Amino acid sequence: MTVITVDKDLDACTLTIVAEFDAPLERVWDLWADPRKLERWWGPPMAPATFERHELEPGGTVTYFMTSPEGERFYGVWHVVAVDPPRSLHVEDSFADADGKVNPDMPTGQMHMRLAEDNGRTRMELISVNATKEEMQQLLDMGAAEGMQQAIAQMDALLVE
Amino acid sequence: MIALAGSGVLNASALTYNQVVVGSVDQLFSGLADPTRRDILRRCAINASSVSRLAEAYPMSFAAVQKHVAVLERAGLVAKERRGRETLVRTEAAAVARARRALDELEDLWRGRVARMSEVLSEEGNPQ
Repeated sequence: MTVITVDKDLDACTLTIVAEFDAPLERVWDLWADPRKLERWWGPPMAPATFERHELEPGGTVTYFMTSPEGERFYGVWHVVAVDPPRSLHVEDSFADADGKVNPDMPTGQMHMRLAEDNGRTRMELISVNATKEEMQQLLDMGAAEGMQQAIAQMDALLVE
Repeated sequence: MIALAGSGVLNASALTYNQVVVGSVDQLFSGLADPTRRDILRRCAINASSVSRLAEAYPMSFAAVQKHVAVLERAGLVAKERRGRETLVRTEAAAVARARRALDELEDLWRGRVARMSEVLSEEGNPQ
């Protein structure tokens, strides 16, 4: 059973997903670290992903493409900003051409993923944001304050009722 | 709004591929990614306003406010309209709604991924 919460913040253009898997942390990490496992879930069934380069190390490159039902390929590339196996991964996710070169006309997003284990279950927190890596870092740094703001907003809502 | 450089026409199903969903609204998002711009959007949703009137509301130069308005205009989040001698800035509600929808689509994409991750984990099962 996977528990999932999704928090969308339109102001910050951020999507935060928390999922809980009934599996040990190492196995969840493998879903990212093993390209053959990664391609079983990254693309939707109608457009499966194929990963070519897969270097999960700081400064490393991961390239992939998704194949549409018509056979058209959509290329993407990750640049690994930070990685701490088996716990966290921060990549810049961009559009690319067939050679893995970033398409400068298309946006680059940030994706930050971290895992925590609790009693044989694994919690995955993933933040996806359309921003620069510096902005992403600010977001992460602000994490605590942000939680507080949400709590206050919830209180406000209660007071209004 | 969908600008996929070099790759020709993108079919509808491709919208759900990966970041494509974000790509189609990138400018919308960068337009929204600033507190002053969001405040301008809120103000101009209530009342269309001239840039000089907007500039009075913020502790920054006219030029700086003008720049924010230009970013919003490029993103399609506001439109300018002439009224008499004044040019007024008006919020495009449809564009704001589009950004919200894009975030919804990104949510669907990730819900699908998480479901598939669970599947892969359960298919692996317990080898013992």
